[in-house]
Amino acid sequence: MTPASVVAPAEDPKRLADFEARIARGETIEPKDWMPERYRRQLIRMMSQHAHSEVVGMLPEGNWITRAPSLRRKMSLMAKVQDEAGHGLYIYCGTETLGVDRHDLILQLLAGTAKYSSIFNYPTISWADMGAIGWLVDGAAIVNQTMLAKASYGPYARAMVRICKEENFHKRQGFEIMTVLSGGTPEQHAMAQDSLNRWWWPSLMMFGPHDADSPNSGELSRWGIKRKSNDELRQRFVNMTVAQAKAINLTIPDEGMRFNEATANWEFSAINWDDFWRVVKGDGPCNRERLAARRKAHDDGAWVREAAAAHAAKQTESTEAAA
Amino acid sequence: MSEPFFEYLLRLGDDRLVLGHRLSEWCGHGPTLEEDIALTNIALDLVGEANLVLQRAGQIEGAGRDQDALAYLRTDREYRNALMVELPKGDFGYSIVRQFLFSTYAMHQWEALSACADTDLAGIAAKALKQSRYHVRHSAEWLVRLGGGTDESHGRAEDALNDLWRYTGELFATDAVEQALVKQKLAVDSSSLEAVWRRDVADVVARATLTLPPDGYMQRGGRAGGHTEHLGLMLAEMQVLPRTYPGAKW
Ligand SMILES: [Fe+2]
Ligand SMILES: [Fe+2]
Repeated sequence: MTPASVVAPAEDPKRLADFEARIARGETIEPKDWMPERYRRQLIRMMSQHAHSEVVGMLPEGNWITRAPSLRRKMSLMAKVQDEAGHGLYIYCGTETLGVDRHDLILQLLAGTAKYSSIFNYPTISWADMGAIGWLVDGAAIVNQTMLAKASYGPYARAMVRICKEENFHKRQGFEIMTVLSGGTPEQHAMAQDSLNRWWWPSLMMFGPHDADSPNSGELSRWGIKRKSNDELRQRFVNMTVAQAKAINLTIPDEGMRFNEATANWEFSAINWDDFWRVVKGDGPCNRERLAARRKAHDDGAWVREAAAAHAAKQTESTEAAA
Repeated sequence: MSEPFFEYLLRLGDDRLVLGHRLSEWCGHGPTLEEDIALTNIALDLVGEANLVLQRAGQIEGAGRDQDALAYLRTDREYRNALMVELPKGDFGYSIVRQFLFSTYAMHQWEALSACADTDLAGIAAKALKQSRYHVRHSAEWLVRLGGGTDESHGRAEDALNDLWRYTGELFATDAVEQALVKQKLAVDSSSLEAVWRRDVADVVARATLTLPPDGYMQRGGRAGGHTEHLGLMLAEMQVLPRTYPGAKW
């Protein structure tokens, strides 16, 4: 299924061939360069989804800022959520280089017509979730974004390089929260294990459907936007994470997991894709809450944005009158 | 009566912790992404200042309590913040007006405390002074924008100013605890800050085309542990984990 927004007119075959040759040579595409309309639209779709994910992703963790259990944890959680806001802002600005307006993208998110990462539709019900999200969700994002840092579109690739540095910091911070909890009191250890149990499978789903079921993958890889498949990235993440869980004495909730000596991969059980599609389509535990929170912030802020615009307009008027 | 300098440090630390907490409630819910980031920055600065001041308070007390024990294991009756900072965050205009009123006070307070005889507190003050100058500038710019923006924003800013005014008097009240320390150059006489604060506030309020409220009755009680209904609820939320799992490390 191809979203209507991505359908585009046929391109001049000569220009398209030149463009694809540039991609094949590993050249970077910049905003002023010619690009096929579908390339532009795929990028807008991907980058805006990414920006929306950063912004919606502030909510599940923001939920624990007022309950962080020490002043140091409170500060680092605030700083993390603030970083995610910065990522959102930075990627929205990158998307604007493709000729769209940030404001319109935000309206699509609020209208429920734009997607964001489904992982943020799960609830954060314990402090350990601040650890699991940093460790697993930021960890999975790093695997994905390290690949995107080599994307053919310059502004996106550069945004990813910068953002990845901060995501690495978030991952370390999350892992450290999990380490402390797992080695703490029996209740704290149970809290950490319960959190891993809840976040493990949704984290694997973050890489998206199997390659065979991923509608946009073919074109995205041909144009050098995605250089690795969903399944490859997922496997890389699992291989990394198994050892980390073991190091902090937590058990990955997959009894069928086996190490394959020949491939050196940790093979995992089948993912419940029905669950994945249910959450994508809007019936996750928090889809409604997340959008409602974004809409409320937007609506409550309307008078503030209007005031700022009105004040700026008056300033311009008075400067012009003085000139 | 506990040691006056400990008591004084609690007042300084609690003001910042409670206001930082209130401000952090905006994180993820601000009117724009840019402002979300800016408000969280200020919240981070304030909690950071509280962290250092309460750490010093624990050292002065000498009873083995660190900043987390002081933040998470005192009741509202033991909190020493001024009432203004514990009030719910309200709308954006309310949060901005409060920030402006408090930060202008805090800036002059930190400036005076940079010369404090306690070198630890003097060091904290010197760093916090720079931060509070930025907090004043940011909130003053918004106040001017809101006052001079639309009829609605003007009205909301004026309402917030009127609502909050009766909590400003407490900031400048001095007492025996403070006076004993002023003589040893450990504290600044709060009443000495009022004139400069008024001058700064009147200037920005005029630029914002707003009207300064008349000085009516001034609410107080926070410095002696008599709080509004709001602080207990705030602390119940903030302290839930350390209270539920006594002795656990996080
Ligand atoms: Fe991020
Ligand atoms: Fe992150």
